[in-house]
Amino acid sequence: MNAVLLARLQFAFTISVHIIFPAFTIGLSAFIATLLILWQRTGREHFHRLARFWTKIFAVSFAMGVVSGIPMSYEFGSNWSRFSEVAGNVVGPMIGYEVLTAFFLEATFLGVLLFGWKRTPPWLQATAALLIAVGTAMSAFWILSANSWMQTPAGHVMRGGIAYPVDWFAIIFNPSFPYRLAHMLTAAYLTTSLVVLAVGARYMLVGVFQDEARTMMRMGVGMLAVLGPVQLLLGDQHGLNSLQHQPAKIAAMEAHWRDTGPMELVLIALPDEQARVNRAAIVIPHLGSLILTHDWNGRVPALADFAANAQPRVTVIFFAFRIMVGIGLLVIALGLTGAVLWRRGRLFTSRWYLLSVGWAWPLGFIAILAGWLTTENGRQPYVIYGILRTQDATSPIAAGTVAASLAAFVLVYGVVFSIGIYYIRKMIRHGPHGAAVAISPLPHELPNQPLASARESTRESRAQPPVI
Amino acid sequence: MSALSGAAYWLPLICAAVVGFAVAMYIVLDGFDLGIGILFPFFPREIDRDQMMNSVAPFWDGNETWLVLGGTGLLVMFPHAYAVVMPALYVPLITMLLALVFRGVAFEFRWVAKPHQAKWDIAFSAGSIVAALCQGFMLGGLLGGTHIELGHFAGGPFDWLTPFSLLCGLGLVVGYALLGATWLVMKTAGTLERRARRSARLLLTGVLGFIVLVSIWTPLEFARIGARWFSWPNMLYLAPVPLATAFFAVVCWRGLASRRVMFSPFYSAVALFVLAYIGLVISIMPYLVPPSISVWDAAAAPSSQRFVLIGVAILVPFILGYTVFVYHTFRGKVRADEGYH
Repeated sequence: MNAVLLARLQFAFTISVHIIFPAFTIGLSAFIATLLILWQRTGREHFHRLARFWTKIFAVSFAMGVVSGIPMSYEFGSNWSRFSEVAGNVVGPMIGYEVLTAFFLEATFLGVLLFGWKRTPPWLQATAALLIAVGTAMSAFWILSANSWMQTPAGHVMRGGIAYPVDWFAIIFNPSFPYRLAHMLTAAYLTTSLVVLAVGARYMLVGVFQDEARTMMRMGVGMLAVLGPVQLLLGDQHGLNSLQHQPAKIAAMEAHWRDTGPMELVLIALPDEQARVNRAAIVIPHLGSLILTHDWNGRVPALADFAANAQPRVTVIFFAFRIMVGIGLLVIALGLTGAVLWRRGRLFTSRWYLLSVGWAWPLGFIAILAGWLTTENGRQPYVIYGILRTQDATSPIAAGTVAASLAAFVLVYGVVFSIGIYYIRKMIRHGPHGAAVAISPLPHELPNQPLASARESTRESRAQPPVI
Repeated sequence: MSALSGAAYWLPLICAAVVGFAVAMYIVLDGFDLGIGILFPFFPREIDRDQMMNSVAPFWDGNETWLVLGGTGLLVMFPHAYAVVMPALYVPLITMLLALVFRGVAFEFRWVAKPHQAKWDIAFSAGSIVAALCQGFMLGGLLGGTHIELGHFAGGPFDWLTPFSLLCGLGLVVGYALLGATWLVMKTAGTLERRARRSARLLLTGVLGFIVLVSIWTPLEFARIGARWFSWPNMLYLAPVPLATAFFAVVCWRGLASRRVMFSPFYSAVALFVLAYIGLVISIMPYLVPPSISVWDAAAAPSSQRFVLIGVAILVPFILGYTVFVYHTFRGKVRADEGYH
C-alpha cells in the first residue's frame, strides 16, 4: 500500500472514531443544560437526578472526544504537511478560532459542571452546562467552516501553489457551509435524542426509574418528531447545493453514469465501476430529476461529463449515502409514530414501540458516519476541491512509518474506546443515582453491613443493575 | 532580516510570542498534572491516589487545551514550520498523543472501573511518563537540528534520537514530577502532603542537576548557542537568568524544608520552569526550526496572522479570566469527598 492511501486510512480511522463523541456530546450538553434549567424552574428532583446521571456519561464521552481530538490537530502536520502548507493560511485561522472560542470554554466549564456540585450554586451549574453546549456548537461552526472550505473553496487567491486569504467573510461563509452546519448540528441533536429515547424506553420496559424514563421519552420523541422532518428538508437543500458546486459528487452518490434524459432515481443497485453501469438496479423514473432539480424532466450532470481524473469512486459513496438516507427516513417514522402514540396516551405502554426504540440508539452514529463517508469520498480525488489533489497533500513520510502509526492508532483506539463504551453501557444499566426504585441490594450486601456501608460512603452504591 | 521592516518584521515576532506563550502555559499547567501521574508509582495507597487525581481533575482538560493551541498556533501562524517539524518529530509526536489518550481517559475510567481501577492507575501513570519523555525528546530533537531539502523535511524517522534528546526527556520527567509534588504540597494535607514534601526535595535536587547538565551540554554541542550566551556583552545581559534560577531554587528548597509553607514551593518550581523556558527561547531565537527556518521564513500570510491575532487579543483575556475563575473555585486543599463520582 502506498503512503497516500495509508495516510487517508489513518485520517479516516482517527476522525471516524473521534466524530462519534462530539456527535453525542453536542446534543448531550444541550440536553443537560435543558434539564438543569427545568430543575431550576420547577424544583422537581428527577430533573436534577437525570442531569447528574447524564453528566457522568457526558464526562466519559467528552474525555474520549478530547483525547481522540488532540491527535487531529497534529495530524494535519504529521501526515498532511503539504496540505498544511497549501491551505494553512486559510484553514489554519478557522481551526485557531475553534480552539479560542470553543475548546477552552468547554474544557474549563466542564470542570465546574463535574466537580462544582458541592462548591457552586445551582444557577452556576446550569450556566456551565449552557456554556459547554454553546462551546460544542461553536466548535462545530468552525470545524465545519474549515471542512466546507475544502469542499467549496471561496474568498482566496492562489499564488505559487499556496492559498492566500482575500475575503474572510467569503472564506468562512463559503457556499456549502450554511447547509453543512445546519445538517450536521441537526444530526448531532437527533443522535443524542435517539440515545436518550432508547435509554428511557429500556427503563420503561423493565419498569425502573419511571419518572426519569417518562421525561427522557417525551423529550426524545419530541425532538425526533420535530427535527426528523427538518433534517429531511435540510438534507434536500444540502444536496441541491452540492449539485451546484460539486456535481461529480452528486453523480457518484446517485450512481448516475450517463446523462441520457430525465434522471431516474436508483433506489438500490450494484454499481459496476469497470463497466460503468448499475447491476440489479431498482429505479423510479423521473424521481431523480424531481428531487435534484425540482423539475419532472430536469437534467443532471453524470459521471461521464467529468474527466476521468476528476471523478470520485462510486461504490462507497453510493451505499453510504443510501444508508444515511434510509436511517433518516426510519428516524422520521420513529418520531412521528411516537408522537401519535403520545397523543393517544399510549407512548409508555406500547411494548412494540418501546422495544423498537430501545434498539434505535446507534442509528444516529451510523447515519453520521455514513454521511461523512459520502461527502468526504465525494470530494475525491481532491483534498481541496479543484485546488489540491489528495495525492499531492501528504507528508514526506515513508509508508512503513505511516503504517506503523496507523497500526498503533487502531490498537490503542480499539482497546481504549471499546472499554469506554462498555463503561457507558455499565453506567446506563446502573441508572440515575438516588432513584430509590425497585432495585434491592443483594442479600449478602445489605446496607447495614459495614462493608456495604463503607462502599456507600466512598462511592456511589453499585446496586445491582436492572437487566435491560 | 534587515530588509524586513514594519509589519513584515513585527507581525511574525508577535505571533511567535503568542505561540511561545501557549507552549509555556501548556508546559506549566499540564506539567503539574502530568507530574501527578509520574508520581503515582510512589504513592501506592488508593486513598492517596484518589486525592491526587481529584486535586487535578477539574483542571486537566483545560490544561491540555493549551497543547492544542500550541499545535494549531503553529499551523495558523507558521504553516511552513509546522509542515517541517511535525514530520521530523513524527515518532515521538504520535507516541505522545497515544500516551495522552491513555492518561486522559484514565481520569474518568478509573472511577467507573472501581474497584478494578488498577489498570487505569497504570494507564494514567505510564501515559504521563511516556508523554513527558516524548515532549523532552521532541525538544531535544528540535534543538539538534532538522534535515531539510527543498523546503521539506528529508530526514529519517529516528533523527531526533540522540544522547542529548534522551537527557532532555529524562529532565522533563523529573521536572514535571517536581511540579506535581509541589502542587500536592499546596493542594493536599496530612501524610500525603508530608510525603510530597520529601519527594519534592529529592526531585528539586534532580531538576537542578539536569539544569546544570543541559546548560553545560547545550553550548558545547551547539556552537551557535554557546556564542549567544558566552560572548561579551551578552553574558552581562543574560546573567539574570541563571541568577534568578539560583534564587528560586533556594526559595523552593526553603519552602519545602518548612512544615507550614504551602505555596512558595509550587510557585518557585513554576518560576524555575519559566526561567528554563526563557533560556531556551534565548538560545534558539529567531529560529523556529533551528538552524535554518526563522520566524520570518515560516510566517503565514500577514492577513492570516492579523486575522488570528485579533481573535487572540479579544479571546485570550477571556480564556485567562475564566481559567482563573475555575482555579479560584477549586482553591484550597482537596477535601476527601471532592470527587463527583
